[in-house]
Amino acid sequence: MLFKFNQEFRILIIFVSVPEQKLLFMITQTNVDIKTAESLGINAEEFEMIKKILGREPNFTELSIYSVMWSEHASYKNSIKWLKTLPREGEQILAAAGEENAGMVDVGSGLACVFKIESHNHPCAVEPYQGAATGVGGINRDIFTMGARPVAQLNSLRFGTLKEERTKWHVKGVVKGIGDYGNSFGVPVVGGEVYFNDCYNTNPLVNAMSVGLMKKDEMISAIAKGKGNPVFIVGSRTGKDGIHGATFASADITENSAEDLPSVQVGDPFQEKLLLEASLDLNKTDTIIGMQDMGAAGIICSTSEMSEKGGCGMKIDLDKVPLRQANMEPWEILLSESQERMLVVAKKGMEKEVEAVFDKWDLNCVIIGEVIEEDRLLFYMKGELYADVPASTLVLGGGAPVYDREYKEPAYYKQLKEFNIESVDEPASLRDVAWSLASNANIASKRWVYEQYDTMVGTRNMTTNFPCDAGLVNIKGSRSALALTVDCNSRYVYADPDIGTQIAVSEAARNITCSGADPLAITNCLNFGNPYNPEVYWQFVGAIKGMSKACKKFGTPVTGGNVSFYNQTSIGNEVVPVYPTPTIGMLGVVKEKNNQMSMAFKGKGSMIYLIGKSRNDISSSQYLVSWHGIEKSPVPYFNLEEEFRMQTVLRELISYSLVRSAHDISEGGLFISLFECGIPKCLGFDITSDAEVRRDAFLFGEAQGRVVVTVSPTRETEFIDYMLKQDVPFSALGHVTRGEMRIDDMSYGFVCDMKKAYMESLESQLKE
Amino acid sequence: MKFGVVVFPGSNCDHDTVYTLENILEQEVVEIWHKDDDLQDVDAIVLPGGFSYGDYLRSGAIARFSPIMKQVIEFANRGGLLIGICNGFQILCETGLLPGALLHNNNQKFICKNINIIPDNNDSAVNATLNKDKALKIPIAHAEGRYFAPEEDLSKMRQNGQILFRYCDESGVVSREHNPNGSVENIAGVCNELKNVFGMMPHPERAADDELGNTDGRLILESLIKSFEEKRVSSYN
Repeated sequence: MLFKFNQEFRILIIFVSVPEQKLLFMITQTNVDIKTAESLGINAEEFEMIKKILGREPNFTELSIYSVMWSEHASYKNSIKWLKTLPREGEQILAAAGEENAGMVDVGSGLACVFKIESHNHPCAVEPYQGAATGVGGINRDIFTMGARPVAQLNSLRFGTLKEERTKWHVKGVVKGIGDYGNSFGVPVVGGEVYFNDCYNTNPLVNAMSVGLMKKDEMISAIAKGKGNPVFIVGSRTGKDGIHGATFASADITENSAEDLPSVQVGDPFQEKLLLEASLDLNKTDTIIGMQDMGAAGIICSTSEMSEKGGCGMKIDLDKVPLRQANMEPWEILLSESQERMLVVAKKGMEKEVEAVFDKWDLNCVIIGEVIEEDRLLFYMKGELYADVPASTLVLGGGAPVYDREYKEPAYYKQLKEFNIESVDEPASLRDVAWSLASNANIASKRWVYEQYDTMVGTRNMTTNFPCDAGLVNIKGSRSALALTVDCNSRYVYADPDIGTQIAVSEAARNITCSGADPLAITNCLNFGNPYNPEVYWQFVGAIKGMSKACKKFGTPVTGGNVSFYNQTSIGNEVVPVYPTPTIGMLGVVKEKNNQMSMAFKGKGSMIYLIGKSRNDISSSQYLVSWHGIEKSPVPYFNLEEEFRMQTVLRELISYSLVRSAHDISEGGLFISLFECGIPKCLGFDITSDAEVRRDAFLFGEAQGRVVVTVSPTRETEFIDYMLKQDVPFSALGHVTRGEMRIDDMSYGFVCDMKKAYMESLESQLKE
Repeated sequence: MKFGVVVFPGSNCDHDTVYTLENILEQEVVEIWHKDDDLQDVDAIVLPGGFSYGDYLRSGAIARFSPIMKQVIEFANRGGLLIGICNGFQILCETGLLPGALLHNNNQKFICKNINIIPDNNDSAVNATLNKDKALKIPIAHAEGRYFAPEEDLSKMRQNGQILFRYCDESGVVSREHNPNGSVENIAGVCNELKNVFGMMPHPERAADDELGNTDGRLILESLIKSFEEKRVSSYN
């Protein structure tokens, strides 16, 4: 098993795309046929498989169970074949992908880091506020259900163009949803990314990552075992929210999707906070066999996955489940996706101790059944048996179907390669380009966003007063810190899924490296269009191949994550998939905190060097897109081997204290990178361009594998001596000035003036 | 000095406050659970930041009815040192131990960032040892932090030296431009008439650790500890 069940679409999209769904609620236990199956999203072949497994016709409750557990979300049936090809092993890995709710990595000092990223895209498309809030809730539960305390969050957000009112509604709602939930829950946001592109106009991407810390020998497993052991449901009551969500989520967002609004769930961060503290308190007792949070597909998912893991089954009395409303049918209770709930299997005889913990936190804690030896899930209500299914047949790696999808190279791929830089004229004023890029929404400060998040609760955020390329999280009482980042430039991935994804991993590693840390492992959130579209699937396969190559190179295994297909919009007769967006969440460790490296220029007179090489390349750059209006061009220059060597050298430079600041070159190119280095202290730069490349490519090109560093004049000789021994190109650019930006003796203005435009741009675009 | 940090359900700065007082300022600290009725002989009580009881109604409005608050209010009425930070400040205003109220920020958003504050005087334990001319860089993180009190109360508070801190710029100048949330007269923290109950929206416990690169908040907590110790010495004499 590679990926565990994911949390997406806790809310969902029921009746609209399939109007017949309304009939479902009138169908009783009998009358199940292929039509019922199809209306639940089960195809004829799968219906036959179910009949074969059971040796009889399923009833409606059972069919509903299979429909959610075999949905794309739960089963990964269209992705698992390729996910299994990703590198997943390494000596740092304590819980590998698919073994538990999240990946677990040894970070030294006897501690483990538990981390994962997940999407909540479709919910956010129809209800941005609650969609984002419940996304944050879901990913954090995955972390603390393993016994880790969440210490940091990151998020990767993609919206449509800011010219659309709908986009502004998405942005405001999503940001407030993430903020309100996370701020109350009390975990700081330490990093993230926000991009805008037309392809996300009606289908924004909201990927949330949570990171927890725990003692490495105290993990709680998501397992059930031991005949007769009690099964508890704890936390919130169960209501009729998001029923069949996981099934119907696997549909494209349409212009009618807004009608699904009534099925959107409401997150309750206060309950989540209580559940966190109670879960961690419970882990201090010796009562737990296993625990799993309830996300998509609720009780049926946690009972089946925990049972399958322990090779056992459960007998559950649904009358015992605390309900939010009367008259819920058995299948509704089983499939409800009400938030802030957990399933706990405890040791028999220790029921009182478990109850005492949840009583302290005023949370529900009710025994709903017990573990049985057979591979069977038995669900009773009012004394009647409503479902009897083998647990192992429901889950990924067990009986759930696995499909091999067709893929085919899309026509656009070759067309992009026809792009030639010579067809683009150099602008008359590069100064104007610089100012325009600084206030471009994809480059400008995301202050409007991050100031709405509590970034400092927990007193661990080391980057508040020390800006750097990754979020650094203090491991109190040790010499080390965690380094965290999320990265993906989806335009590059569109241009070339394989190389674009290698770049996403490399950029994440570059950010980790620039902060003074070593890359350790990744989690991924794979946002793509419809997997039944062979061209979309080609993008998916390419992305997986690229990710494998880069992760092997950097020694950063994939510890899990989430796949989100069907990110596309049907408008009229046209279906437009989003750019393929495999977001990489990377974990690194700063072994010695005094090696923490900032991106900020330290003072006037520091020497500025470029590590890596300037290229005559403007492909897929923000400059090419927004200044020249050329959206489609090939992926920018990239060489994995060179990138790896460059990063290795940079880590050594930092460990020898030969550089005073380090910042990678990404969107907006060298110019924006230098400008960003100057922002914290309003320091400028005076540099000379490279005669071998066009000036627009030198300043704004996005060729990969480059970092800007500053060197103290007193250590410059040492720096040069060291670099000359390495097989990595470098060049002197110039020096840090008091505040003016000068390139080839021409003034580009002052950093503090450009900073104002850079800081205020996003807010003013949202207000327009 | 022995501190008690009250833990309400939904408090989320309780651990940070305990860590700062215990590990950085090396004081004795106990946690006081909201359902307890024993204050464990502490010298000072801290109501930490967070979202007590979810704060779905109005920040601090439910916490004031918490079982432990009866003891806390009695403790304060006996002259005990009581400090509320962020949500703690909101709770103290709700109980009436401190004058005024905390309204939604004027931009109607949650705001988290470093801001600057300047002591208004040196009349209270929490600002007694601070330099009145030097701004302190401290983080804020709140949605309801706009301090308000009617003019007659404000004028009394000014005369009594009850205004602890005001929002200002880096050089200590108090101006509308550097008021992050719309608080009346840029007020960031106040105390009661007897100067034993304090409330402030900025988080001094978040600016106390060398490893986070800002220790201005430590000065405020040190002022409190020093004032207490001096008073204890003088009362022995």
